Amino acid sequence: MELLYASCVGLLVTCGVFLILRARTFPVVLGLTMLSYAVNLFLFSSGRLALNEAAVLGYSEAYADPLPQALVLTAIVIGFAMTAFVVILAIRGRADLGNDHVNGQETSKNKTKGKA
Amino acid sequence: MIQHLTSLPILLPMLAGVILLMPPCGKNLKIRRVASVVFALATLCVSVLLLFQVKNHGSQVYAIGDWSAPFGIVMVADPLSVLLVTLTAVLGVACSLYACAGDDERGAFFHPLMHFLILGVNGAFLTGDMFNLFVFFEVLLIASYALLMHGGDKHNTRAALQYVILNLVGSAVFLIALGTLYGVLGTLNMADMAHKVTTLHGDDIYLAKIGGLLLLVVFALKGALLPLHLWLPNTYATALPVVAALFAIMTKVGVYSMMRVYTLVFGKNAGELSLMAQGWLWWLAIATIIVGAIGVLASQDLRKLTANLVIVSVGTLVALVAVQSVQASAAAIYYLVHSTLVSAALFLIADLIARQRGKVSDRITAGRPVAQPLLLGGGFILAAITVIGMPPLSGFVAKIWLLRATFETEYVMVFWPVYLLASLAVLMAISKAGSTLFWHNTTAKPADSGEQNLVHPAQCCALFLLVLASPMMIIFAGPLSDYALFTATELHNFAGNVSLVLEGGQ
Repeated sequence: MELLYASCVGLLVTCGVFLILRARTFPVVLGLTMLSYAVNLFLFSSGRLALNEAAVLGYSEAYADPLPQALVLTAIVIGFAMTAFVVILAIRGRADLGNDHVNGQETSKNKTKGKA
Repeated sequence: MIQHLTSLPILLPMLAGVILLMPPCGKNLKIRRVASVVFALATLCVSVLLLFQVKNHGSQVYAIGDWSAPFGIVMVADPLSVLLVTLTAVLGVACSLYACAGDDERGAFFHPLMHFLILGVNGAFLTGDMFNLFVFFEVLLIASYALLMHGGDKHNTRAALQYVILNLVGSAVFLIALGTLYGVLGTLNMADMAHKVTTLHGDDIYLAKIGGLLLLVVFALKGALLPLHLWLPNTYATALPVVAALFAIMTKVGVYSMMRVYTLVFGKNAGELSLMAQGWLWWLAIATIIVGAIGVLASQDLRKLTANLVIVSVGTLVALVAVQSVQASAAAIYYLVHSTLVSAALFLIADLIARQRGKVSDRITAGRPVAQPLLLGGGFILAAITVIGMPPLSGFVAKIWLLRATFETEYVMVFWPVYLLASLAVLMAISKAGSTLFWHNTTAKPADSGEQNLVHPAQCCALFLLVLASPMMIIFAGPLSDYALFTATELHNFAGNVSLVLEGGQ
């Protein structure tokens, strides 16, 4: 389970970082979303992975650490709001600058290649 | 009431932000302005009260919901955090006053957003919990995103987009660091972390080191330390000047977090991990000073010049954090207060000068003369003397102190030449900017009275509140330096800090 979980986080981070390094806002926003998923999974695992353990005392023999779950919940809420904000900002940027390049202008080189 | 005082610098701006959004403040501009300034003043009063409380009775620990540390979240009002909270409140008063002269009409919700920003900054200063620090970082960031777009144009959108994306990546890294540290230490309370770091062994040490250095990346991004400083000049120069003045405190939040984490948690008492980030901090800080000084020399307009001055001051502060002695920290604290106030003042002066020079704005070229040379020139020369560090103003004391604090350490061979050359660069750039702006005029007389944009009384008040802080810091240099020393002693008092939070949390 640990291996699967770790590879999941790793894969998400890889995809996220790759997309963030693109020069257009849409992939960058997608990359940020993926990165925040990876971060949430990672935070969750900081309380150790275990099966059949409740976070509330008295519902199972062993109990899980409830704090990472609370942290993840907070992180999800904040990440959600921030993603919404950056999407709106990207749309505003597209409208203001006439393109969705992160630098606000396209050079002739990246027009043909599609990336900077 | 008095035991809840610690929470008021956070609750009051929040209340202010909410009330300013609701009628009658939301509808009526006049009421909103008055209410905003009144709330800013109230926050200042509360902060000053808290400052005296801490000075007379020692640090206060406020356990939220009476859940004691390390299980609950605590607010720690120690000398350093209350000093910075007071500084933020002063800046808040100046900026809300300044914005009343018309800047708040150029977009929606300036005043509520300003109070939310103060809420975030104060929270970040006062909290004693790492995850809570993250939450307050996000609060101040979301307010700053919106303020950055306030009254903006195209360039603004671009700078804001880059700023937001960078900070979102920073937040992700922050969370990864927190996850790693929690996985190893099992706590996020700063004092408890400092206590647990000493007991680590085996592979856990390396995991904690990874977590700690990831935190350094985040704080370097917030504080604009090389190589993560590239967002700052653009962001600060495109934001409205009053917003940029308010942002002068935000890089200091990053520096403050470094002071906390690398002095308390990974400081001298951290066992195998003691002083682990010092090498990084030191060289990055020196490089930041150099790059900032080059930026100051290369700046084409006054606002960019000020933004680069902010980078120089961040470099200087972080270098002093890396030195890790009580004297250096005390000098850093005095310098921090001085540099925040003066860079905010310079942003405001740049704005006032730009308004009176028409098309050339604040670019450092010959243009038409300003309409009120005495007022603006007077403000400029006071701020310039302060920021250069010439006698008799506060920059001089700060400079002497930080040179003396590094004199007997092994750092003197690097720090002195770099810092003194950077000061020379600042001196040259500021003198050139000042003489060009005020004396090199293309026409003999200022614009017609219709488009003169005379300084509004509120702007004047705000400006001189910030500029005259420097002579005040000289007149009260004795008590202030005593307080800075007291603050630094408390900051380095490892056992005191830990036991205060973990045992005295009532």
